[in-house]
Amino acid sequence: MSISQHSDGRPYAKFASELFAWTCGFCTFLCIAVLGLLLWNVVSFGWDSLSWKFLTSWPSMKPANSGIWAALVGSLYLIGLTALFSVPIGVGSAIYLEEYAPPSRWRTLVQINIANLAGVPSIVYGILGLGLFVQMMMLGKSVMSGALTLTLVVLPIVILSTQESLRAVPGTIRQASYALGATRWQTIWYQLLPASLPGIMTGVILALSRALGEAAPLVAIGAATYVSFTPQNIFTDEFAALPLQIFNWAQEPKKEFHQLAAAGIVVLLTVLILMNAVAVILRQRFSKKIRW
Amino acid sequence: MFLSNWRALSAPVMMAVVLAVGCGESSTTQSIRVDGSSTVFPISMSVAEDFRTDHPDLKVPVRASGTGGGMKQFSAGDIDICNASRHMTDSEKETCKQNKVDYLELVVAFDGLAVVVNPENDWCDCITIEQLKNIWRPESDGTVTKWSDVNPDWPEEELKLYGPGTDSGTFDYFTEVVCGEARASRPDYTASENDNALVRGVVADKGALCYFGIAYYAENKDELKLLGVKADGECVVPTEATVRDGTYAPLSRPLMIYVNKKSLERPEVAEFVKFYLANAGKAATEVGYVPVNDEVAAESDKLLSEALPKTDKKGT
Amino acid sequence: MATATPKVSALRSSSGGVKYRAAVELIVHSLLLGCAAISIITTVGIVLILLIESLPFFQEVSVWEFLTGTKWSPLLKPQHFGILPLFCGTLLVTAGSAIIAIPIGLGTAIFLSEYASSGFRDVVKPILEILAGIPSVVFGYLAVVFISPLIREVFPSADLFNAANASIVVGFMILPTIVSISEDVLRSVPRSLREGAYALGATKLDVTVGVVVPAAASGIMASFLLAIARATGETMAVALAAGNTPKMTFSFLESIQTMAAYIVQICQGDTPADSLEYRTIFAVGLALFTFTLILNVLAQWILTHVREKYE
Repeated sequence: MSISQHSDGRPYAKFASELFAWTCGFCTFLCIAVLGLLLWNVVSFGWDSLSWKFLTSWPSMKPANSGIWAALVGSLYLIGLTALFSVPIGVGSAIYLEEYAPPSRWRTLVQINIANLAGVPSIVYGILGLGLFVQMMMLGKSVMSGALTLTLVVLPIVILSTQESLRAVPGTIRQASYALGATRWQTIWYQLLPASLPGIMTGVILALSRALGEAAPLVAIGAATYVSFTPQNIFTDEFAALPLQIFNWAQEPKKEFHQLAAAGIVVLLTVLILMNAVAVILRQRFSKKIRW
Repeated sequence: MFLSNWRALSAPVMMAVVLAVGCGESSTTQSIRVDGSSTVFPISMSVAEDFRTDHPDLKVPVRASGTGGGMKQFSAGDIDICNASRHMTDSEKETCKQNKVDYLELVVAFDGLAVVVNPENDWCDCITIEQLKNIWRPESDGTVTKWSDVNPDWPEEELKLYGPGTDSGTFDYFTEVVCGEARASRPDYTASENDNALVRGVVADKGALCYFGIAYYAENKDELKLLGVKADGECVVPTEATVRDGTYAPLSRPLMIYVNKKSLERPEVAEFVKFYLANAGKAATEVGYVPVNDEVAAESDKLLSEALPKTDKKGT
Repeated sequence: MATATPKVSALRSSSGGVKYRAAVELIVHSLLLGCAAISIITTVGIVLILLIESLPFFQEVSVWEFLTGTKWSPLLKPQHFGILPLFCGTLLVTAGSAIIAIPIGLGTAIFLSEYASSGFRDVVKPILEILAGIPSVVFGYLAVVFISPLIREVFPSADLFNAANASIVVGFMILPTIVSISEDVLRSVPRSLREGAYALGATKLDVTVGVVVPAAASGIMASFLLAIARATGETMAVALAAGNTPKMTFSFLESIQTMAAYIVQICQGDTPADSLEYRTIFAVGLALFTFTLILNVLAQWILTHVREKYE
């Protein structure tokens, strides 16, 4: 049977195929258009509230006087501390798993464990933080508690992306280094880490972006709703955070607070975009230096 | 070479910066700590904000852990002022005595609970506490479903209930007063902290009944019908006047702050409490509560000036 | 080119240098081992805290009542501790989001993998990655301000905050997960399979639906499961969008509460620590953790074990 004869038996086959193609294309369009539309609405709604006053004021009962300063500073503190903890621990874990640990059931178990941790809802981490940092370690609802909890949330991301970057470094580099008599740590510190730096940085910034947007763990540890100061002592002072502030404003019934929430979202998204842009730039800058 | 040194340095530098900035003196030593009821919270926050414009160096962190949580801290002497939407219980008084916490109880505003229905509800203008109890108590879940179940004279319109969420002070208060036990309520009502949600619900349902703070009614009075409440005597409609003078009972309550007398020895706390009493009326109106009448205000002022350290006795 | 050569000078040091280096190696090894152990400690920590803190709870409320009771009202008197309403709410929102995300996600993945040009792909994939990074609160806000009024226009009898509201936004939140994983899996199906089908006279529809998708089925299934697991744990958006009424219902237009949203509600409130109500945080947390763990383990297992053998 020739091909044309075969197709004649299915007169609608071509039409069905076209229709399918269009349907799939429509799905893609839907995906992007709806999200784009919604985001555009948020940004335009919140744009009016954006002002220098908004950025530098404390939150208030009166929408007109409310500002996001406490939340902004609080978030920056949180991200700084989270980075401080998660980068060494995460990169260290990844290095151990990739370079030191011999392939064994133990290592597979740890890998599976990390992959599962990446899928645990962030609120469960918040509960862990509540039980461990707030109560057992008596840190209360301080910046430190928040940062430690967020560290646990983003740790799997840092570990997994660092592992990927380390794996991408060709084995020949390692071999050459050992051949010249370097120890394992020397190889890692002088060869592998610099080489995988772009990937690691991208992973870290991804993780920190995630930490910036997380409100659930902070709610679980009981972060205060109204904070009109910037934290002075990270071990005892309470704090505000951008996503928390947005959440609180969005829950208020008054429309003016919704507008503030939209403005807060614009600030949050701006910071996120900046972080991602930095990641892309850094990645390109350091990629240039690597020539296999 | 530069790369590895840079990386090696950045971590300790970042750490040093964060710790240097973050390990300053704890802010709570110089601040006036306020915590307690989420109902009183808006008043305290409003006052604290205005206070800050006059005293920008003073920190007044206001929290809303709930009256119970606030009392716990207050009786342990951890906070200076406790917002309260109810009086101190005997056991809390005991704890205060044990910890040698001497306090002032100052009434700063009144709150009324309004019972509202859909404007098309033409059969009910006044409802008794007994009827409210019949509607809202836990056993009525599933049994009292129509208006006629409450009063045979009323039509067989389906009863749709709305009210505040279970973690609000308003809920605690209403259930205690109406059902006899705090938190005892039938569960099948639409609960929301969002007054907009409640108002929308009442407006959409002919047989709706809702209770919330009088402030929410005031904001939406064009869309809702207010019911009078009858306890033992006459049917009283909640207005500013009836809430303030106590005739709208039992659904009106005083909102108070408890002040640790020891904290009053600090000049900034004394200043703040004086400011509070002077501005509570304004704040209460702004937030939607009922300001105290002159008698109560004078009483509070007197209590305060008596409690202030003798060397610091200034006029209000 | 400092990165190309190792520091040779450090190697040729005095005789004490070897011992020093060995010591450094040992210290480094231990430190790094400690780091890796933290991930184990985290998992153990989560399980321990959840179990230890919920133990007093289960001494007062039997596990049977917890798992099968149909009323959840820990903050009301009389108290009921049956988790089924929360579980029901979680399932409802998850199912709703799956209904939205799976068709659209799969369609998009197929389009990107089979029909789109690589230029188009290079533009769309980063956009989707950005969308994947948008925080949950933003979607919650979108639900409150934009989606909820829309739903009420179409269904005026719906509650202000309802399950459909939450499902829609969660659906869009998990879309990027489905698209990126499915698209990767679809693209990894060997060209030879497609070409063989074309050679037999199949249309593109036949090839895609009859050959490519079944070949990638396990990976696609895994992406669905991962997305569903994520939807189950979605917290902030649902807390804002779905209302906060635990009830057993299958109506999308009613106000419901999920397990995660309940935890948010009670943590925002003022329940005193060490009370029975407070311990519900841990009991519900345990249930949530177990549920998402099962889904995640299943998805991981499928991704790694069930592979189509392309011959």
